Amino acid sequence: MIVFINGHEQDVSENTKLAELVASVSTAPSGIAVALNEEVVPRSSWTSTTLRSGSRVEVLTAVQGG
Amino acid sequence: MGTGGVPSLSILREALIASGTNLTTVAMRRVNPSTSGSIFDLLKELKIEPLPNTAGCYTSGEAVLTAELAREALNTNWIKLEVIADDYTLLPDAIETISAASRLVAEGFVVLAYTNDDPILASKLEAVGCAAVMPLGAPIGSGLGIRNPHNLELMRERISVPIILDAGIGTASDATLAMELGCDAVLLASAITRAEQPRLMAEAMKYAVLAGRNAYLGGRIPKRWHAKASSPDRNEISTANLKADNRESPLF
Repeated sequence: MIVFINGHEQDVSENTKLAELVASVSTAPSGIAVALNEEVVPRSSWTSTTLRSGSRVEVLTAVQGG
Repeated sequence: MGTGGVPSLSILREALIASGTNLTTVAMRRVNPSTSGSIFDLLKELKIEPLPNTAGCYTSGEAVLTAELAREALNTNWIKLEVIADDYTLLPDAIETISAASRLVAEGFVVLAYTNDDPILASKLEAVGCAAVMPLGAPIGSGLGIRNPHNLELMRERISVPIILDAGIGTASDATLAMELGCDAVLLASAITRAEQPRLMAEAMKYAVLAGRNAYLGGRIPKRWHAKASSPDRNEISTANLKADNRESPLF
């Protein structure tokens, strides 16, 4: 199924967990945050959250700016 | 300090140290696996508190989501709220800002709100619960200094939360003026990060802010039309004939 990670399309298997998709862009133990379909998902819920077709995931971190 | 616009992390590091800052803003962006070096690690090493901002947001909804993500990533409920109206002027969108501020306050955030120099808008931001207001002196990155000092004086009279001048500072004297007008702090990025020698400018700003704050607290002398001798008056014959002069002090 197709999901979106940081604006890019990615094909993943059914029942993929959010944690797996996040790990594909960052394995940082802290300092990152994740939104699924425009809602924040706390780190503690990443392994228990299952993605659906069309899920939109954003993985953000602090950068220089402002 | 703000961290935007600096050519390298090592220059940023020198500037942060020279400025004496202990609170520095960072933006929230998508993770990019190719970037190396972390602003977060740098601030931690220098024992500077990171203050996430909502730079890049144009709507209240975007700003609220960004703030929630920042809280999650950095483990702080402090947020510098920044909602701009367009890419060209970078001026704040007052309506979206008020809306975002109310929502964030309700979610338990400590909101420091970037705004324009309108004292009425600042009062409204205080009324919805902002912990500080951050009026611009001039547009972001313009270096034009403080365009409306009178508005800032009016703002200082009306609100009691901290006022942090944010945006438009170009050189040290701008920062000093901000403090003389009663601001509690200044936030600046471009004036330092884009200066020819950021470390020197950062140091200048540190002293500029100290000077302005002490001048404000020290209570300046009033402006006068005529001179007032600093040596003690004697009983000179000519002084008795001077009429009282009620003219205002010169405009400039």
